[in-house]
Amino acid sequence: MSTRDVVLGRVRRAIADVPRGNTPYEQAVDRGYLREHGDRSVEETVDLLAENLADYRAIVHRCEAGELAALIAGLLAGRGSTSVAVPPGLDEAWLAETDVTRVPDRGDSTPHELDRVDSVITACAVAIAETGTIVLDGGPDQGRRRITLVPDHHICVVRVPDQVVSSVPQALPRLDPARPLTWISGPSATSDIELDRVEGVHGPRTLEVVLVNDRTVGGN
Amino acid sequence: MSGTFVGMPSFPKAAHEAVHNQTLRGNLRHATHTIRAKRAKAVAEVSDWAELREAGKQIKDHTLRHLDRYLVQLEESVTAAGGIVHWAADADEANRIVADLVKTTGESEVVKVKSMATQEIGLNEALEAEGIHAYETDLAELIVQLGKDRPSHILVPAIHRNRGEIREIFAREMSEWGRPAPEGLTDTPAELAEAARLHLREKFLRAKVGISGANFMVAETGTMVVVESEGNGRMCLTLPETLISVVGIEKIVPTWQDLEVFLQTLPRSSTAERMNPYTSMWTGTTDGDGPSTFHLVLIDNGRTDTLADEVGRQALRCIRCSACLNVCPVYERAGGHAYGSVYPGPIGAILSPQLRGTASEIDASLPYASSLCGACYEVCPVAIDIPEVLVHLRERVVEGGAVTRDGNEVVLKPAKGHAAERAAMRAARWAFKHPGALRTGQRLASRSRRFHPRSLPGPGAAWSATRDLPTMPSEPFRDWWQRTNGGKDTGK
Repeated sequence: MSTRDVVLGRVRRAIADVPRGNTPYEQAVDRGYLREHGDRSVEETVDLLAENLADYRAIVHRCEAGELAALIAGLLAGRGSTSVAVPPGLDEAWLAETDVTRVPDRGDSTPHELDRVDSVITACAVAIAETGTIVLDGGPDQGRRRITLVPDHHICVVRVPDQVVSSVPQALPRLDPARPLTWISGPSATSDIELDRVEGVHGPRTLEVVLVNDRTVGGN
Repeated sequence: MSGTFVGMPSFPKAAHEAVHNQTLRGNLRHATHTIRAKRAKAVAEVSDWAELREAGKQIKDHTLRHLDRYLVQLEESVTAAGGIVHWAADADEANRIVADLVKTTGESEVVKVKSMATQEIGLNEALEAEGIHAYETDLAELIVQLGKDRPSHILVPAIHRNRGEIREIFAREMSEWGRPAPEGLTDTPAELAEAARLHLREKFLRAKVGISGANFMVAETGTMVVVESEGNGRMCLTLPETLISVVGIEKIVPTWQDLEVFLQTLPRSSTAERMNPYTSMWTGTTDGDGPSTFHLVLIDNGRTDTLADEVGRQALRCIRCSACLNVCPVYERAGGHAYGSVYPGPIGAILSPQLRGTASEIDASLPYASSLCGACYEVCPVAIDIPEVLVHLRERVVEGGAVTRDGNEVVLKPAKGHAAERAAMRAARWAFKHPGALRTGQRLASRSRRFHPRSLPGPGAAWSATRDLPTMPSEPFRDWWQRTNGGKDTGK
């Protein structure tokens, strides 16, 4: 008998006392919890996102669509970055005003090569206001998981308000579990030493989130 | 479970030593009180905490009730997404599977994400015996590994160490394992974290094999979830070519939607954050992004035995948040090592004796490692009634009875050390049925109270070694009641 059969057999014997019932799963769990906490306008939800991102030490910027390229150029220059990792589907216009060396996200680049890149810039899939979280799903404007991990400086652009949801329950239906997902709430941090929070261990030590008002470019 | 703790003394002995260690108590008190206050604040932010807790409990209970079905569904989903599923009945089998998988890659070192399951099975030691070096990459696990120490907390394994001790360990040990600590390293947390970053980065960048656990597995989609803070998890989960995840069979949730409950309750209960800095989710393999080979090793190792216990099975709802440790007055004073298991604190006191059985002295003592104050139940985000299980396990230790071990039903004998306690209980039962004898006995006890010893002789010595004997009142309550006309004559 395979171990699989042994374990499954043990499971079945262990729960032999339990009435099995045929209640469909949708009805088996009481989901009386809230879909979101509080009653906020769209603007207030975006404000809460900015507030909670900042509370966990992300640096938050807000701008109109027309100002984005200049803002990004300024952020890269301010940090003294000489190279920036770029996902394949990133909007070209975002980098129109910077002359920093672009390092395309290539499948055959080694982690060591990526380690020499100063910054990375990506879009995101969705942002969650209540928890101050941005979620990346590996889409063409976000790239492979490692490009937002190895460089020490991550600039993430969130289109507001379309990409912003209030809560975790609202975020999950907008995500595809078949894609690799990375949820990011502030920069890398540890609380392992006397439970003192220290930003920056292995992931990017600086996370800059740009909330760009997307309504100005014919959003939906 | 792991051989790490073999030979551990029973809880009372270990705890007795720990409470006299002033540094340990200071470190623990500071840490547990800090996190306790922060957690209460984080929980107060969500007005539907009670509903989330109830939903979490129901999801887990439903899953356990149909665990066979969800395991098979998970296996299908993971396989369809390009992963390879392995089954392990016990620690030895799991370790053998992982060692063989690593050997097949031709590599002799692996990077590890902090994982309770791999600690439970003693994977690092088993790999070392096969010539494979396993590097822990969580900062606290690194501190423990470099310090040749044992973890003492589920979430913050080095909670018993202060910054001065950590600096000492880094300065002394890092060079033995790879990049040495920087010259003139101070004990500020930022500098210590930087030293860990530099030390570990060289390992991440060259690693070909990563090993992890998982916080959740979604049966419906085959998705694995790992929550963490530092980014070491992301490094191990995405940079290597091969990823091996070792996960207990109870970690399943049925649907993608279920994550909405646990991603709200876990971070707030564990690190007292709205959300942990990083959560990684992956489903099988993705072309060109992350590992090209993904193995999932599903481990039983006592879980089905625990499932067979009608009262004790609720321990399998545990999502390893460690909130119960941080509120426990016993844990705060005794520290995690005293529990002699990778699962310390209240949850350890019910999980370890179920996963391992109560044959050893330490396991038989764990159900007693509690004051039954109930604080652990109050904070548990999946509402595990830890006191109920503790009492149930105490009864099992004292009375014996039918239990399941390795899938077979066996009948436990009453534990030896408890003969005196059983005799005392029999005597008490008799006395309560005979009021006259009880009254005489109580009067006798009161009047002879000047001569009572501080500890008991003979078989009672074990009992009184870990407890102070109660002092006897000068007059039995019944006598006082009669003498004072039911309390009316005293003016009190």
